[in-house]
Amino acid sequence: MRTDRRSMLEQLPVLEVRSLSVSFGRGMVLRDLSFQLERGSVLAVIGPNGAGKTVLFKALVGMVRHAGLVSWAPGTRIGYVPQKLGVERDLPLTSLDLLQAKADVVGAPIDAIESALSMVGLGAAEARQAIGDLSGGQFQRLLLAAALIGDPSVLLLDEVTSGVDEAGQERAFALLDRLVAERQRTVLLISHELNVVYGHATHVLCLARAKAWFGPPREVLTTETLREIFGSTTLHVHDAPRS
Amino acid sequence: MTPLGASTLVLSAAVAVAAGLIGAFAVMRRMTLAADAISHVALPGIGLALILRVQPLLGAVVMLLLGAISIWAIERRTHLATETVTGVVFAGALAVGSMLTTGEELIDALFGTPTRLGPWEAGLGTATALGIAAFIVRRRSRLVLSLVSPEVAHTSGIRLARLDLEYLLAFAVTVALGLRFLGALLMGSLVIIPAAAARRLTRDLRSMLGVSALLAVGTTLIGIVLAPHVGQKTGPVIVTVAALVFLASVLRRRLGD
Repeated sequence: MRTDRRSMLEQLPVLEVRSLSVSFGRGMVLRDLSFQLERGSVLAVIGPNGAGKTVLFKALVGMVRHAGLVSWAPGTRIGYVPQKLGVERDLPLTSLDLLQAKADVVGAPIDAIESALSMVGLGAAEARQAIGDLSGGQFQRLLLAAALIGDPSVLLLDEVTSGVDEAGQERAFALLDRLVAERQRTVLLISHELNVVYGHATHVLCLARAKAWFGPPREVLTTETLREIFGSTTLHVHDAPRS
Repeated sequence: MTPLGASTLVLSAAVAVAAGLIGAFAVMRRMTLAADAISHVALPGIGLALILRVQPLLGAVVMLLLGAISIWAIERRTHLATETVTGVVFAGALAVGSMLTTGEELIDALFGTPTRLGPWEAGLGTATALGIAAFIVRRRSRLVLSLVSPEVAHTSGIRLARLDLEYLLAFAVTVALGLRFLGALLMGSLVIIPAAAARRLTRDLRSMLGVSALLAVGTTLIGIVLAPHVGQKTGPVIVTVAALVFLASVLRRRLGD
């Protein structure tokens, strides 16, 4: 009986968004957005600057007022990697302080810290370093490690690889691919890189001028759509689409 | 020293611990100007209490709590920075306060006066200060996440608005506790200066909190002992000692370097 209920819950979409609109003052940032995601999906949110990508993430987690419905499956735990911090990084805080704070707040066991550090490839030396002394890439990995504490079922990554070198990007996406394949985690990521979309996403959501396109990358990212979104079809395309 | 004198010293040390811990987060949250200004909100409360012939400290506490709640509510409604909202509330409170408080009373309210407290008063003050210290220690993880990233804090289940209000109220009560010996003008400094020095000297959270509290206690006790010898009020002496400690911290390299 319990197994039936569990498998029924697993069939439900992880996220359902219906007629989502967000406006600030008179300007509408997101208009009548609808989509849904199944467990194990990877959604890439793309669009030019100011298209409302970060606003969408904030609306999804209930941090900005919105119209319409945002519904997460029961028991969803979210790990969030922000694009930027609320303060300067020059704080008397070590990586371990940040991870311990996260583990304490979400009630994760103490070994979750070690496991998160090893998943993102950070060692004991980096863990003891002040966060202001970490390189851009190390700091992004630390934020990812913090997001992984508490065993999240969904990861929201706001430009997780910005400022990270190519090797760091590959490592981050290899980890995400593994989390999706082995643990059926759902990932929503904001990216400026179309090769990330083609290489890792099962779905893409393109936002531009309060309009939206949603679906599998190969169906959505047509020449016409790209031209409408970016005004160009060559922007940030480093890899050929996978067949 | 009489037992009453000892209990007043214990109270001062406990208030300094609370100020050091509250200040550590005020410095990290970059709300030091706000922190300083909040303490001035006590002035109109003291003035009103004197007019109404009630205990000045009571007036200060009520006004500080009202000030903290107003700052929190205006900030939420307008989305202005804490510093901006506090600046407005502070300027208004100082203007009203200076009209309500006069002469010697104003000087005492601004700079504090060494007062021997009854055991009941000292005991309650000490317990409240230790309660605030416990609040910061218990809530440190939440405060860290909320200052690093509101998004991470929110998705970790922290109610940010509530945490902000709790912190501002704890801040207001800490200031109220220190008014007796530091005064409205200088209590904000005891919150900020030791924490600012600690930030220079430390690179992890535990040391930041510990060093900030220790420096606050040290400067307070040195100031209280020194003040009668130099014929000055306790407030300015404590803050001068704290400022010297900060200066020393600027000259010294970070611990552990």
